[in-house]
Amino acid sequence: MLAHEGPIVEIRGLSKAYQRGGQVVPVLTDINLDISAGDFIALMGPSGSGKSTLLNLIAGIDKPSGGSLRVGGLDIVALSETELADWRAGHVGFIFQFYNLLPVLTAFENVELPLLLTHLRARERREHVHAALSMVGLEDRISHYPSELSGGQQQRVAIARAIITDPTILVADEPTGDLDRVSAADVLGLLDQLNSELNKTIIMVTHDARAAEAAHRLVHLDKGVLLDGDGVGG
Amino acid sequence: MYLLKLIFRNAFRHKLRTALTILGIVIAVLAFGLLQTVVDAWYTGVNASSATRLITRNAISLIFPLPITYEDKIRHVPGVSTVSRSNWFGGIYIDKRNFFAQFATDAQPFFELYPEYHLAPDQMKAFVLDRKGCVVGRKLAQTYGWKLGDTIPLRGTIFPGNWEFVIRGIYEGAEAKTDESQFIFHWDYLNESIKKTSPRRANQVGIYLVGINDADRAAEISREIDAMFRNSLAETLTETEKAFALGFISMVEAIVAAIRIVSFVIIVIIMAVMANTMAMSARERTSEYATLKALGFGPVYVQTLIYGESLLIALSGGLLGIIATVPLVRGFGAVMVKLFPVFQFSPTTLAMQVGAVLVMGIVAAAVPAVRASRVRVAQGLRAIG
Repeated sequence: MLAHEGPIVEIRGLSKAYQRGGQVVPVLTDINLDISAGDFIALMGPSGSGKSTLLNLIAGIDKPSGGSLRVGGLDIVALSETELADWRAGHVGFIFQFYNLLPVLTAFENVELPLLLTHLRARERREHVHAALSMVGLEDRISHYPSELSGGQQQRVAIARAIITDPTILVADEPTGDLDRVSAADVLGLLDQLNSELNKTIIMVTHDARAAEAAHRLVHLDKGVLLDGDGVGG
Repeated sequence: MYLLKLIFRNAFRHKLRTALTILGIVIAVLAFGLLQTVVDAWYTGVNASSATRLITRNAISLIFPLPITYEDKIRHVPGVSTVSRSNWFGGIYIDKRNFFAQFATDAQPFFELYPEYHLAPDQMKAFVLDRKGCVVGRKLAQTYGWKLGDTIPLRGTIFPGNWEFVIRGIYEGAEAKTDESQFIFHWDYLNESIKKTSPRRANQVGIYLVGINDADRAAEISREIDAMFRNSLAETLTETEKAFALGFISMVEAIVAAIRIVSFVIIVIIMAVMANTMAMSARERTSEYATLKALGFGPVYVQTLIYGESLLIALSGGLLGIIATVPLVRGFGAVMVKLFPVFQFSPTTLAMQVGAVLVMGIVAAAVPAVRASRVRVAQGLRAIG
């Protein structure tokens, strides 16, 4: 966790636009948003509203066209690609709609992956992976490949991978979008547990109202604009 | 370790695709090795030539002989150590298809000039003592099942008549590249017979084999020999044994060049197939590479995965191809022994095969690796494999 007072995520005047055939297409316009440490926030909005783009910018996998974006007090807009990659490795946990597990790696190996970028020894890595898989209830599936797991189980492996480095923020892009109701409820329960018990800051993109109910705060976007007015102050 | 595991599993993820690619590489490397060995076989004479041996022939053409009287004069040129004579006989053994080189020569100087032809002293003695004796190479004897004491009948073409020779010696090559398929008999026997049948053709020599003491003086000695016979009825052309052998190759230069080009074209084709395989694999894994980059792995890690996979596939096929080349060359050499007396899988060909495989692996991965490392994470995560 970054030692920082104030909001963990601080967004000011953020904008993002794409060039398409000589035309500038705005995706996000003048976004102002603060997210406190330990918050569980749901970004909602229709398709094309810019919610995934905003999540990508917060996670440091995309660059804004303008404005400022601080995470844990660090201006991530100013970081180079290499610095951003290092920053992501230590501070961001990713949960994707389609899990994005590497199919040739077992559950254990997939969860271990982010730890390869740390200085931990093999024994320490093994202990961390067992703990993470135990937390998501899949310790008995460590040697299973993704194709041998259900969608819900795969997403739980992805969650274990996301939390293995104890990141500052967890970003989840439609984490229940590919799951049935029961599995979705399991995953949302797990996210809630991470937030309430481990005080993890979770930023989740969803257009599923049931999923959004798990969050403590809702932020609505439409056509690249925050509908709830200024998100500053939480 | 982890990286190697990931490379290995990625390489064999699509088993059929990888197996077919490897099979293609095996065939390409095999064909490349075989064709390069064929090219090497053409150059056997060149490679086996000695820098201390010169060949003196008629300046007009090889088919015109030189007088025997030249031998003594050549022997007295400063720097010349040995002189031997040689006539191409061109006889037929039973059938025209049974082709092998036959030379009429003088025993002692010839074997002095060619120390790479190992002949046992007792066999040498028996050969010298028998006017109708001959010495044959080990491979030639093996091909026709000949042994010491056998009488070999040859039907003369250049020198008409039925000729009989008794095998008095079987020589062995000092090295793998030494030609072991020659048939050597006494020039005196040939000359005496010609004197009786066509006296005008007697006392003529096809070429003189000239041994010199100092290879650095080859050009100077050659000039001196040729100057001696300038403005004579039979002017000479003296050149190194290597240049003489290259002269023969120049007759089939276009064919040899074509074989060489085809061997490289095969490698280029399989390189394109391999590049296609790698491009497909990398494109299918775009979201995986994006995931790795999102997790904090750099572009170099992604590139290493792709280069590693490409090299692993190329080396797997290459290794199998190289292993298979050895028995194929041996079998092909056995079948083609009459055309290629020396047909050896050389270390140079092996090195070229390894080099081709490495280049194949690196080139095939180049474009996919650059593309994968440049893909933007947000864009790559949306890619469908």
